[in-house]
Amino acid sequence: MPYSIAVKGRHFQFSDLKSLLAKASPLRAADELAGLAATSELERAAAQYLLADIPLKQFLDEPLLPPERDEVSALILRQHDRAKFAPVSALTVGEFRDWLLQPEHDVTSLAWGLTPEMAAAVSKLMRNQDLIAVARRCLVVSRFRSTLGLPGRIGSRLQPNHPTDDPRGIAASILDGLCYGGGDAVIGINPATDSPDNVRALLNMLDELIRRTGAPTQSCVLAHVTTSMQLMRQGAPLDLVFQSIAGTEAANRSFGVNLAMLGEAREMALSLGRNPFGQVMYFETGQGSALSADAHGGVDAQTCEARAYAVAREFAPFLVNTVVGFIGPEYLYDGKQIIRAGLEDHFCGKLLGLPMGCDVCYTNHAEADQNDMDNLLTLLGVAGCHFIMGVPGADDVMLAYQSSSFHDCQYLRQVLGLRPAPEFEAWLAAQGIDWDGRGGLPAAGRLLRQFPALLGAGAAA
Amino acid sequence: MSEGLNEPWDLLRGFTTARIGLGRAGAGLPSRALLDFQAAHAAARDAVWRPWDSDGFAARLELAGEPVLRLDSQASGRADYLKRPDKGRRLRPASRDALLAAGGGGADVALVVSNGLSSTAVERHAWPLLGLILAAIREMDLSLAPLCVIENARVAAADEIGECLRARAVAILLGERPGLSAEDSLGIYLTYAPAVGRTDAERNCLSNIRPPAGMTYTSAAFKLRYLLSESLRRGLSGVDLKDDSVAESELGFSAPGLLE
Repeated sequence: MPYSIAVKGRHFQFSDLKSLLAKASPLRAADELAGLAATSELERAAAQYLLADIPLKQFLDEPLLPPERDEVSALILRQHDRAKFAPVSALTVGEFRDWLLQPEHDVTSLAWGLTPEMAAAVSKLMRNQDLIAVARRCLVVSRFRSTLGLPGRIGSRLQPNHPTDDPRGIAASILDGLCYGGGDAVIGINPATDSPDNVRALLNMLDELIRRTGAPTQSCVLAHVTTSMQLMRQGAPLDLVFQSIAGTEAANRSFGVNLAMLGEAREMALSLGRNPFGQVMYFETGQGSALSADAHGGVDAQTCEARAYAVAREFAPFLVNTVVGFIGPEYLYDGKQIIRAGLEDHFCGKLLGLPMGCDVCYTNHAEADQNDMDNLLTLLGVAGCHFIMGVPGADDVMLAYQSSSFHDCQYLRQVLGLRPAPEFEAWLAAQGIDWDGRGGLPAAGRLLRQFPALLGAGAAA
Repeated sequence: MSEGLNEPWDLLRGFTTARIGLGRAGAGLPSRALLDFQAAHAAARDAVWRPWDSDGFAARLELAGEPVLRLDSQASGRADYLKRPDKGRRLRPASRDALLAAGGGGADVALVVSNGLSSTAVERHAWPLLGLILAAIREMDLSLAPLCVIENARVAAADEIGECLRARAVAILLGERPGLSAEDSLGIYLTYAPAVGRTDAERNCLSNIRPPAGMTYTSAAFKLRYLLSESLRRGLSGVDLKDDSVAESELGFSAPGLLE
């Protein structure tokens, strides 16, 4: 059904709901590249007026992609909880925004009553401060050896990547991160090669390190889910199953995954019995991934991203991470677009009930720098982000992009009074490690004794 | 980092190029570490945004007696190039016409040079590397199409170029995306039977060419020669064509598997 409206003497028409959502989106390169973006600011404003009048119920009646041909669409409809939806079921998108902004309304309980399209639609009408204010009120707690998402706390993933997966180089970066109080969310390595032998060696190393130091955290090697499944069958000590996911069946196919496979991997990880709370998955997402796989089906980048969260929540993840600026300027052109996308993803993820973290990051061909990252980092700290990355000096020497550093996490804790996960905070205190830049740095030599891979160096020092 | 006893950082830095043991000022970076990071980022940014003197490069080639074709991608300037990879993959109509006019007889191989994502890389490495590659092609007794010089091209632009020139294979030399540790890496992509619509799985890639830290010119030219001769002999390129040249080489250079 076409939608039309006159704004300031000009007439605008939109062919369908998909197109309305795309053209109501704040400008980003991905939608321009896909040919879906509004062609003028006034056309965007017109689309937003029309979107505001769409009843939330319409997203249930009018799936963006046919559920019989897209298993993510089918999943979205299957997940929808009518009882949880009741408080907002009579509202339009614009009225829903007003409802969300009322501080007395319980936004946390709504999660399974909402579809990704509803979350995406309302986010398109929200300013950055709205995205922050509402996300901050969504309480999502996840539990493994550490507890993440408690109010007044922020976690960090310690990301000790190395260009050739040298265990000593990785251990050196882990030691550095722990000395700054990083790593309470996960110690997560992006392996340089996905070979099972290599991934197994890294898993063994992390497992031993966590046991020897007693640090209440968990490990992850970000290999393809099929590699993790193979290693679990062989008894490797795997805490969290990683996978990149996207918001359409076709995009997930391009990643070599589907819902059944993810479900199977989760069952295998649960059977290892390493997390009594049952949260054994770690997912990564990012706006533009469906477009880059030529699998967006005419759905805009931000709505596709929100749809990936339906996939994520189906498998009760411990962590979800939007790797917001990694994909490059043809998707998110500059700091302004990256910041907006990071806040949208965090908001939509939290609203849909996910333990949402953010890799605050950019590549060198994007119009962005560390100042933009400082801005997004601070905004996410205020918004109650689950966790951020901790990379030595913000420079990932394996993936060749810039993220947030151990220092950045200390800064955030200092200026906003945020603390690490409670279990990790107690462990840091026992080690004499300061986590917000107010005390002194610990002698790394003491911790080093727990690092078998580095003991030679420790003895020499 | 100076506090504490038994600090191991000087030794640990030998295990990784990661920025470890930086110390801190409050929660922030000490000034020296901050300035080092910003200088590395500045070099990477300059490499992305600095214009490439492609006229000068083409003139130098012509002076050396090589036939040269100047081409244009559909990208209008650097910002457009970064936002619209699709435009960097296609030629303007005038360039297409020029190629069709020049490519009547066909050729065994066509060579393309572009700044890609790093003008620094192509300025620094393309000239000496091209000399070795041209010498190798002559030794192999292959016919060579006119050298193509094109600003703001993506890898797949070589498909259209090679197709218009009726070349059996095409190799494109172009600057890779700059990282903080290296802003001047050059890459080469080889495609057999180039035609618009080829996928990356149908190409072979030599990456991180930037002596002395990365792959040397000699090694890159040697590997390209190996891949090119195998590609023409077997009639394919890409994932089915493995780079086994290291095993056969006397160079003693061990590059990682070069497929993207």
